[in-house]
Amino acid sequence: MQIELLEISEHFHRFPPFDALPQETLEAIARRVEVSYFKAGSEILEAGAVIHDLHYVRSGAVEIYRRSGELYNRLVEGDIFGQAGLLRSNKVRFPARALEDSLIYFIPADVFAQLCERYDSFADFVEAEGHSRLKSAVEAQGRASELIQLKARALISRDLVWVTPKTSVHEAARLMSQESVSCIVVLEPAGQNPEKMLGIVTDRDLRTRVVAANRTGDTAIGEVMSTDLVVIQDDDSLFEAMLCMLRGNIHHLPVVHKGRTLGLINLSDIIRHESQSSLYLVNSISNQTSVDGLRSRHRDLRGTYIRMVRNGATAHMIGSAISGIGRAFTQRLLELAERELGPPPVPYCFMVLGSMARDEQLLVTDQDNALVLDDRFDPAQHDEYFRKLATFVSDGLAQCGYSYCKGGIMATNVQWRQPLRVWRDYFSQWIEKPNAATLLNSYIFFDLDGVYGQLDMVDALKALCAERSRVTPAFLAAMARNALNRTPPLGFFRTFVMETDGRQKQIINLKGRGTGPLTDLIRIHALACGTTAQNSFDRLEAISTTQLVQPEAIEHLRYALEFLSMVRIRHQANAIEQGHKPDNYIEPERFSTTERHNLKEAFQVLSNAQKFLRFRYPGHARPTR
Amino acid sequence: MNHPQTPKGQETLDWAARFKLLAQQARHPLLQRFYQAGVISAQTPLEQVELLAMDLETTGLDALTDSIVSIGLLPFTLKRIRCGEALYWVIKPSQLSHESVTFHRITHADVRHAPRLPDVMKKVLETMEGKIMVVHYRAIERNFLDQALRHHFGEGLHFPVIDTMQLEARQVCGDRGWLYRLFRRSPASIRLADSRVRYHLPPYHAHHALTDALATAELLQAQIATHYSPSIAIRQLWD
Repeated sequence: MQIELLEISEHFHRFPPFDALPQETLEAIARRVEVSYFKAGSEILEAGAVIHDLHYVRSGAVEIYRRSGELYNRLVEGDIFGQAGLLRSNKVRFPARALEDSLIYFIPADVFAQLCERYDSFADFVEAEGHSRLKSAVEAQGRASELIQLKARALISRDLVWVTPKTSVHEAARLMSQESVSCIVVLEPAGQNPEKMLGIVTDRDLRTRVVAANRTGDTAIGEVMSTDLVVIQDDDSLFEAMLCMLRGNIHHLPVVHKGRTLGLINLSDIIRHESQSSLYLVNSISNQTSVDGLRSRHRDLRGTYIRMVRNGATAHMIGSAISGIGRAFTQRLLELAERELGPPPVPYCFMVLGSMARDEQLLVTDQDNALVLDDRFDPAQHDEYFRKLATFVSDGLAQCGYSYCKGGIMATNVQWRQPLRVWRDYFSQWIEKPNAATLLNSYIFFDLDGVYGQLDMVDALKALCAERSRVTPAFLAAMARNALNRTPPLGFFRTFVMETDGRQKQIINLKGRGTGPLTDLIRIHALACGTTAQNSFDRLEAISTTQLVQPEAIEHLRYALEFLSMVRIRHQANAIEQGHKPDNYIEPERFSTTERHNLKEAFQVLSNAQKFLRFRYPGHARPTR
Repeated sequence: MNHPQTPKGQETLDWAARFKLLAQQARHPLLQRFYQAGVISAQTPLEQVELLAMDLETTGLDALTDSIVSIGLLPFTLKRIRCGEALYWVIKPSQLSHESVTFHRITHADVRHAPRLPDVMKKVLETMEGKIMVVHYRAIERNFLDQALRHHFGEGLHFPVIDTMQLEARQVCGDRGWLYRLFRRSPASIRLADSRVRYHLPPYHAHHALTDALATAELLQAQIATHYSPSIAIRQLWD
């Protein structure tokens, strides 16, 4: 006789991990369920007691404790508990008490075991305690990505076309025409070390270094080849190949395997794969000859963004691509500015700060930039040029969708248009004598990267920042205290603490209360271990090579950052698709139970990491004013 | 004045003695066996009692003219309601009116191949053996089973019942003071669904015999947890 307890099975159907199970399985579970009512305040599970069932909250609210007595979690309708005890020795690990009058469904241990055995999704859910559940969510997000799965070698479309360095330019050009390639590889002369790559020569090199430079066809190719080669390993992903090209604005990328050159990937190979790709956009940006032309590319930026989100790209990939595009806009504007203003009177480097420097830029962003000038800079003589240059770029960026920085962190501000020695003084002072105002500067300027000009000047600043911070504990402590000002939106009972927006919606500021504070605390650990890495994931990688933070804590931070960033990224993509203005505010009410659960876990990681920061940098010293 | 929790006369009920008598009087073997299984003593604490939530859906409210269309039984204790041991039958009634079809959603098609009441009575009585029945509004279950057995077996059925509606009435109506009389407020509903709300029990779809049995069992657990003690003697609750 099949007894239908639809009341029970239908309820299971609404909540994870049951929602993924077939209906007949849910009915079979319902047929074995036992039920009990617990008055508010009564004990449901006692620490160390024997446990025989998975517990399911049908109604009411339940509090879960650690054995130390500390409150661990608060569960509501559809949540489960007791799995930790069932999975290990059938002893209660986390005692439970009814916070409200609660109706609990009990699923017998043998049914629980069968479910774990038959359904991987069920097993993953119940076995994952907290953070590892977040990990599965993050992995599911990125799984679909072709960009990650496709290996660089898969894009090599033909055999290597190569010459030796003594080959004449004429002979090389003939071979390139014959093989119809736009780039040729120069290898060691045969017989010596046949695999060693010395350089490459492109169509453009033949134009600029041979014809325009008035060299003859007899010139040895070795004299005109590019030797500062960026290469990629054959089993790196398409994504990494793209990153390489994005960052360097490189069109030809040799693919190597154990030092042997297998072939070349060029931009069009990737574009063929990614007709709407970020690289294509970067290329198109580089070809614009006016600010108006650049401005027209702005909507393509949104299209690229949405496409990446829909293709399952990771937050790291999207942040890198969007930042790369931002760099391309900036670089092209500087080229156009120089074209208009003439060559610079002294060398300079255009420096970007904040999210673009970290390769974590999304759509909602303003411009943060500065100019580092050569020490020969003389304000009276040279500043007029750089003021105009900065204005040209800043106005151009604003037209391309990068709004002016409200805090005035722009090269148009004379304070942020200074020779390298002044910058060194700035950085040294901020580190040696932090006060409230300079701490704010440190937050912004200690994510920095050169995008155009003499990059070594900005590299010098990066190095200074990393070396000095590491050995100045008082500075790190001041930074740490500031980083604790923005807390995750979790209440005592692990409920969301929400803000209300103008339309009275209950919202959470994902950037201000999530990714922002996470980035801040990762920066402090990165400074403490002396790395010059700027990207938060790279910084975590650098931190993990030291003993500064526990390896699991680093894993948790990585997953929490990825998860919160992806929620933010998707939220913005959805807004664009619905014709709204993208922002950083989410309404948790609109999320599924599982998503809300994962959100809580991610915020919990942040909360724990802040506790650790407070522990590492104790004391009540305030920054001097 | 009556104490609201122990109405007059209940202390005198001794179902154990009564069952001994009924066992001697019964002629039908199923009933003999049922009564011989006996009833626990009136002093037994409720937490030690095997309970059986019971719900009948019927074609109407008159036990003399209407008939049973479904039976839901759900064994439980104060600690656990055991869905795994639930029993449920759709019964072929003598007639099925259209009004009742809309009520409990059991249709003619459902009952075409259903058993008749005498076919399931053996299992029903076996399940009831030694347990205390728990119902919401005792008149229905008592009268309909009694009538049905008179009709099929020629003799009626008697058994102890805990009525969650009666327990609820003690809470809601038992304590009316002058303020209540002054304002003559309509009494709070003691229907199953409304009673459950007072204990923060979730809403269930009504009028399925098994769901109602489950709802009743949960309600009793909630009532005991809220107003009584698990060690209360069964004599204070049964009827």
